Amino acid sequence: MIVNEQVAVDHGLKKDEYAKICELLKRTPNITELGIFSAMWNEHCSYKSSRLHLKKLPTKGKKVIQGPGENAGVIDIEDNDAIVFKIESHNHPSFIEPYQGAATGVGGIMRDVFTMGARPIANLNSIHFGSPQNKKTKNLLRGVVHGIGGYGNCMGVPTIAGQTSFDSSYNGNILVNAMTLGLVKKDKIFYSKAAGLNKPVIYVGSKTGRDGIHGASMASASFDEKIEEKKPTVQVGDPFTEKLLLEACLELMAGDSIIAIQDMGAAGLTSSSIEMASKGNLGIEINLNKVPCRETKMTPYEIMLSESQERMLIVLENGKEEQAKKIFDKWNLDFAVIGKTTKSKKIELYFDDEKVADIPVNTLVENSPMYDRKWKKAKLPKKNKIKKEDLKHLKIIDVLKKILANPNVCSKEWIWQQYDHTVMGDTIQKPGGDSGVVRVHGTDKAVAASVDSSAIYCWAHPLTGGKQVVCESFRNLISVGAKPIAITNCLNFGSPENEENMGEFVECVQGIGEASEYLKFPVVSGNVSFYNQTKEEGIKPTPAIGGVGLIKNYQNMITMDFKEVDNIVLVIGKTEGHIDQSLFARNILDEKNGPPPEVNLFNEKNNGETLLKLIDNNLIKSAHDVSLGGIITAVSKMCIKGKKGINIKKPKYLINEIEYFFAEDQGRYIIEINKKDFKKVADILHKNAVHFDELGTINVNELYINDKTKVTIDELLTSNKSWLTNYMSK
Amino acid sequence: MKSSVITFPGSNCDRDMDVALKKFGFKNKMVWHADTELPKSDLVVLPGGFSYGDYLRCGSMASKSKIMQSVINFANSGGMVMGICNGFQILVETGLVPGVLLRNKYLEFICKNVFVKINDKKNKYFKNVDNEVLEFHIAHNEGNYFCTNDQLKEIEDNNQIAINYCDENGKIEDQFNPNGSLKNIAGIFNKEKNVLGMMPHPERMIDTSLSGEDGSLFFKNLINNLK
Repeated sequence: MIVNEQVAVDHGLKKDEYAKICELLKRTPNITELGIFSAMWNEHCSYKSSRLHLKKLPTKGKKVIQGPGENAGVIDIEDNDAIVFKIESHNHPSFIEPYQGAATGVGGIMRDVFTMGARPIANLNSIHFGSPQNKKTKNLLRGVVHGIGGYGNCMGVPTIAGQTSFDSSYNGNILVNAMTLGLVKKDKIFYSKAAGLNKPVIYVGSKTGRDGIHGASMASASFDEKIEEKKPTVQVGDPFTEKLLLEACLELMAGDSIIAIQDMGAAGLTSSSIEMASKGNLGIEINLNKVPCRETKMTPYEIMLSESQERMLIVLENGKEEQAKKIFDKWNLDFAVIGKTTKSKKIELYFDDEKVADIPVNTLVENSPMYDRKWKKAKLPKKNKIKKEDLKHLKIIDVLKKILANPNVCSKEWIWQQYDHTVMGDTIQKPGGDSGVVRVHGTDKAVAASVDSSAIYCWAHPLTGGKQVVCESFRNLISVGAKPIAITNCLNFGSPENEENMGEFVECVQGIGEASEYLKFPVVSGNVSFYNQTKEEGIKPTPAIGGVGLIKNYQNMITMDFKEVDNIVLVIGKTEGHIDQSLFARNILDEKNGPPPEVNLFNEKNNGETLLKLIDNNLIKSAHDVSLGGIITAVSKMCIKGKKGINIKKPKYLINEIEYFFAEDQGRYIIEINKKDFKKVADILHKNAVHFDELGTINVNELYINDKTKVTIDELLTSNKSWLTNYMSK
Repeated sequence: MKSSVITFPGSNCDRDMDVALKKFGFKNKMVWHADTELPKSDLVVLPGGFSYGDYLRCGSMASKSKIMQSVINFANSGGMVMGICNGFQILVETGLVPGVLLRNKYLEFICKNVFVKINDKKNKYFKNVDNEVLEFHIAHNEGNYFCTNDQLKEIEDNNQIAINYCDENGKIEDQFNPNGSLKNIAGIFNKEKNVLGMMPHPERMIDTSLSGEDGSLFFKNLINNLK
């Protein structure tokens, strides 16, 4: 095939990018080489629109062993233990083919983690769908949930937490972000940097097929009416093979024969070989005839661009081939020496005794395009003046029931019951709490993880929204008694070529950066997904934050269910009555304008750290952070989980009940304490200048408000639990 | 007491079972599916997971793997063999216990706590368990037990039903059946009651911090009965 500008454009490259390729190579690339450039230079692999801004994120900290740039981030959890974790998007393929798209998203992120030598110990996910009324939503949700379960369950890794939301902005572009945590010994972490000359380059895992060709390019473009045609670009997952690959890799890793290892994810053999060569400042020579293929007559172009799953590339020590092969034979996996490292600093590919590609590595990596895209700064919207008359006719209980049944607040049990969340026998906090918690096997330690996003806040004001998501992650970890350590981020946005979308990206990243810097909660890994857009319509900006924290003694973990009648319930943090962009304003008042709640980083840090002090002093019986739906929604969930009621009284300092109960001010938690501990708790809160309200006392089974209105917890449970089950069974 | 846990390609509850057996005093050995000889054992366990990816039919390929001939011989000579979840699916494929396991009635994987009523205590698995009802944990996609009318008659005549899904008070009704199993069957024995297949995972309930502790009860009792 003759390569020209049009062929390059069909590969998703811009005209000037093609010109640059010709200039770098000092010739016209052949079709295989063009394919390789298009795979490496697309948005998904090159981060060409985001690199400039991602550099500003804080990535270092005392507990950070490895920040961004490797397969996943690594943090220290003491005693020579480390946690490897990352979140990644699989948005585009999941919309085209929900089951396989979601399944391979889960498979891909687990590979990123075990590539580094870690055994995966927990999965999480953040999934976002269009409006429930949209005719595609139900099938997409079902397909994605089955896909996530299908892969994770078979791997035997518990799915311990997640987040699901519905918003019409995802009608044409759903989001599927998968996160995995793995456990590794600090001195047994593996990296992707190749080293040494003439070292054998090994291919292991599944055979290469024609699936997923151009997957990364597809994920770097907006959708139009022809998306159905893109089905062949979606990869097909085989969790069974991945389970074997996991066990085989960990068995090989127990020895000392691996120099570098890299999984074949987006852009398959192309990106894995180039990344290893680039990091090691070496060249790699590959004989493509040696690559195990599933189909006949595959061309070099197809072999290099296939995104077949469950494959790894390894640079081995000389002479260790036989020993390594034995392990892969035992697990019935392909093992092939396909090439070697060279000093050429080039990627040289041979096929049928002919050289089919010859590209200097730096042209693909360092010289890849980087854009300083134009972006528009967002203005902070004006506050709405909510008329008191509008609130007068509202009955708190009715509003509460509606909010508890709102698709974004309701119980997601229908989803997480389909995920095996107890395999491995260490899950001590299941989905449905503030964070999922797993024990570090055989120790007293436990690791907490949560995943959060707040697209509404980010859309209303990206800078504030970016900060808010990080703070929410911080709070969710603290609520279970974990000390927050670090985060991973999955940045889901519309087209970077649109100034407003790009502005949302830049300012969300700035917000994330400011909050993570202040809270000492650095970003250690992540992924950017642009072009979540159909024609001109992009999604609401949706950065998802995955947070990880440590509980030193798992016996001290906190859960959100109310524990005991007569215990006292307090609200930590001040309630100012911020209603704009709250679930209440948007869904009950139908008011969609206004700024999101303000984020005060000092209060976030101070309130959170003080709560951890209370937990350390064994003063907290249950805790839950206040988020969507405000105080009363948070309290109701604690009642439902604990099968207890509460008498609550609104403190006198705010005039309006509705504002107090439904406001979404930040930095707040609900805590349950024993009566006899009240003075101790109050002293600690006062001493640390943390505002608190006395909210009420736990009773047997009813929610009483200001001694006049009441509802049984069973009724609240029904409101909260039935929406999703009913929706999916209709 | 000596136990052996078989690891098939795709098993994923093998370690959990190893941990549980050791916790309650078994000396456990892990046995690879391609081996042909079983170590000397008082109990052999086929663990949960997705042996051979559950391809073809759950448990069918594993039932033909090399070690299984020894397991079958061991069972036929009266040895204690317990299959949990995928292990149960493997057992029905070998014919050691009657029936089949279909896809769950609502076509969805289910992971949750359930109650089961012990139907028969005249066997080494449940003898001396004080409770009538145990809280166990299930996690499966194909646990919908089914058999022919003739088989069912035989099973009932021989009192081969081990446990049935029920509510916390032991009431066995359709609404407490999580997967559509015939007669709410959660586990069955072979005729001689030395082979037990069951969908619930007692090994996930061996600690108050986990889903519950009735698994501890089960294992403590089991090792005592084997002594």
